[in-house]
Amino acid sequence: MTGESRNTFDVAVIGAGMAGMAAALFAAERGLSCIQVGSGGGILFASGLLDLLGVHPAAEGRQWRSPFNALAALAQKQPDHPLARVDPVAIRTAFESFVTALGEAGLVYAPLGDRNRKVLTSIGTVKTTFGVPLSMVAGANALEALDVLDAPDTPPSCLLVDFRGLREFSARQIAATLADRWPGLRHQRIEFPGFEDAPELYAAHLARALESGATRERTIALIKPLLGDAQLVGLPTVLGLGRSREVHAAFEAGLGVPVFEIPTMPTSVPGLRLLGALEAVMSARGVHRRRQASVRALACDANTGTATLDLDGVPGGERVSARAVVLATGRFSGRGLTADRGSVRESILGLPVHQPASRDAWHQRDFLDPSGHAINRAGLRTDDAWRPLDMSGKPAWPRLFAVGSILADQDWMRTKCGSGLAIATAWAATQQLADQLHGTAA
Amino acid sequence: MISPSCIQTQVLIIGGGVTGTALARDLALRGVDCILVEKDDINAGASGRNHGLLHSGARYVAGDRQAAMECRAEGEILKRVAAQAIQDTGGYFVAVQGDDERYIADFPLYCARSGIETRAVDVATARALEPALSDRAIAVFEVPDASIDPFQLSLESLAQARSLGARLMRRTCVVGFEREGRQIRAVRVRSMVGEEEMRIEAAQVVNAAGAWAREVALLAAAPIDMTYSKGTLLVTHSRLAGRVVNRLRRPGNADIMMPGGTVSIVGTTSTRVEALDDIHPTTADADLIVEEAARMLPALATMRFIRAYAGVRPLLGSSGAADSRSVSRGFALFDHEDHGLDNLATITGGKLTTCRLMAERAADLVCRRLGVTRPCLTATTPLPAVPECAWTTPGRSAREWMRSHGSHDTLLCECEMVPGSTVDAIFDALRSAGDTPTLTDLGLRSRVGKGACQGGFCAVRTVAHLYQRGDFHAQRGLAEILDFFGERWRGQHAILWGEQLAQAELMEALHCGLFGEELRAAPNADPADQSSQSSP
Repeated sequence: MTGESRNTFDVAVIGAGMAGMAAALFAAERGLSCIQVGSGGGILFASGLLDLLGVHPAAEGRQWRSPFNALAALAQKQPDHPLARVDPVAIRTAFESFVTALGEAGLVYAPLGDRNRKVLTSIGTVKTTFGVPLSMVAGANALEALDVLDAPDTPPSCLLVDFRGLREFSARQIAATLADRWPGLRHQRIEFPGFEDAPELYAAHLARALESGATRERTIALIKPLLGDAQLVGLPTVLGLGRSREVHAAFEAGLGVPVFEIPTMPTSVPGLRLLGALEAVMSARGVHRRRQASVRALACDANTGTATLDLDGVPGGERVSARAVVLATGRFSGRGLTADRGSVRESILGLPVHQPASRDAWHQRDFLDPSGHAINRAGLRTDDAWRPLDMSGKPAWPRLFAVGSILADQDWMRTKCGSGLAIATAWAATQQLADQLHGTAA
Repeated sequence: MISPSCIQTQVLIIGGGVTGTALARDLALRGVDCILVEKDDINAGASGRNHGLLHSGARYVAGDRQAAMECRAEGEILKRVAAQAIQDTGGYFVAVQGDDERYIADFPLYCARSGIETRAVDVATARALEPALSDRAIAVFEVPDASIDPFQLSLESLAQARSLGARLMRRTCVVGFEREGRQIRAVRVRSMVGEEEMRIEAAQVVNAAGAWAREVALLAAAPIDMTYSKGTLLVTHSRLAGRVVNRLRRPGNADIMMPGGTVSIVGTTSTRVEALDDIHPTTADADLIVEEAARMLPALATMRFIRAYAGVRPLLGSSGAADSRSVSRGFALFDHEDHGLDNLATITGGKLTTCRLMAERAADLVCRRLGVTRPCLTATTPLPAVPECAWTTPGRSAREWMRSHGSHDTLLCECEMVPGSTVDAIFDALRSAGDTPTLTDLGLRSRVGKGACQGGFCAVRTVAHLYQRGDFHAQRGLAEILDFFGERWRGQHAILWGEQLAQAELMEALHCGLFGEELRAAPNADPADQSSQSSP
């Protein structure tokens, strides 16, 4: 393992959640050599839905049919919000680029339009989102049709099917919860073929099993007699892992009606699919991945313009150099931010974290307090070029960038903008970064 | 106007905490008919918000010898008659450098004076047996402290009382007393669920409402002098010691760490409060406990905590006293005869350890007034163990599940290993008693939601299970998740740092980010509002 070229990259992306993946992808697409550090474990908590901006303002719980109208309203009201600082045209381009890359890896999304979509969740709520996997889109179509029907006495007839032992998913619960809005939702429970003796079922195991044609046929044969007048069928997210497109198509062909998946509690199958697809994309784009590694130390040299990363989790350790660094380490569960009883720190460099004055103000006493928890708006503040600021308010290093949920002044969980934040800021920051690197290279 | 329905009994007990349930059992064993009304649920107040410590009495030997001796005697009785609810862990009293040496020297003498067995333990030996003890420990004494499950105790007491004819009315609140001369003719109660009112005519009424005893007594125009002290406790993510560990000094903040199954419970604080609504643990309480208890158990400084909770101690008299720790922790029985009443009694104050004795004293008074001569049996009659009442015992659900596994019995709460069969047993028991069980009822009677996720994952799985059973209909499951997880949350916000903050963030990502549960509560989140937004 000798030769400096092997360990020197244009860009080092720290973090392998949605923002880190997007940053590595976009950097590679801009022709930059890229190394990415991080496990991708955070992606496993993803639902597969790509939110852009569903709710604004959070305190009013106002949901938007058009994410672009929501972005315009956000820019008016909260110009410091990271999403408000990215050109909406660029956001759309970034989403198209991200979804296209996933599609190449076999994870196909429905075409992105101008509007938010509505997707049923496993507890019977309806989620506002933007990018919907093809395997879930029939459900969104049906739900949206319900809202435009003048005569809601003719809702689409739908059968929800679940599997005995899949603990987090009850078709009966969804049908009961939605009964007012979607009368006539039917539910049936079946035994998953080959798992009749298993007390607990895990969605990932079922998804893998359905990649076998025989199990698929047996499952379809169990559902078919239950169809009745159903015009579509809803299932938990179990229709395949890497071959989800094929499995989904086989169910639609076998049952003769549209079939849709309903996202469940993490860690879930859509997370596994996303991780698999993104890893395939990274590999195809030549991104160097250090999946098991974490950054022990990061030194940014002001004179040489080079950052040095010492990695743990690689046999014998590893040192790599990069001309630019993207911090996409996430928040507390991603380990980008660390909190003790007194305050919040940025975990790698100790960058200043914008935060409430004391722990007493971090959380509301009611979990669902409409104004949200102040701690969720803590994070890194950056300059216009997405460079986190040091104590003096200047960029900490000329080519250190921060993207995704570690950024301050946003509450992605309440405003349903997690993927949007990741994809939009990764796009904008890699553009800045590419401009700078090309400028210095010239 | 239709007059409210009326029921009759010999004794009406107000309050379903450890005292009220012990009293119901005591009276039932003497053949006295009684009804217990509880505005919330069993042990919903301080009875369920304490350390779960069966005091040897050693804590009170210097300041309150009476309380110390009562604790010693009652501890011995309960270890005999209610062994199934007790873990006889033993306890240490530990002094660290800087603690009052004179108190340390006098401690064994004080204990001897109250008849409490103590044994000096060599510090090195103690640290070998309890490695979490500080290397600054300077003296250790062993005492017969133990751990007791107040939920099992109350539920089993009540189960026996009901088997003998006592009636329980949960979620039923006292709203007024009808007085006639020196008698209360009837007590008016209202269901917290259905809103309907009812009259209960009882020969005798006992107010065992704990911290709420003053409010209840005031409804009968029988004022009592009582103050409130809030105590906060913290629950660790993993257990730090096998024994009860007490600080060897006069009672102060964060003096006690209890073993509680897979966790330890550390506390308490003592803050005078004026009102009973809005009692909650604060970040300042949590910081105080961590900093103070870490002197005795240094690992607490970096420990992960999963929950904080606060209860209110009813303290008697001396409403002018500045320090609520100096107010007696003893109990008092008021006969209210000086308030012109011959059939009301109030039993309040005291401690978990003395609940049986408090019930005995109250029952003695009531029986004397009723002319019942049968003696108290609770000091000698074993409390029957009831399997349906013991699901709060750590590890029990897991053991039963291991036995039954393979029979499609799935784990719903993975932190505490609670399977569907446990949930079924609790729901079925409540239903067969004519009740409509909720997820919160389940939480009180089991370990569901008590692990690291604090209900975030297990509430979702349990609700799915209950829909499947047909217990929940329409949108009730969503409301149940919010109620249950919301209650768990109120026990978390004071201890959210480090790992538990990361956990809380994941829970919000699930419940808000994915499921959007907060939008259901928002007034303008209906579909009509959504479609009122114009498209570009």
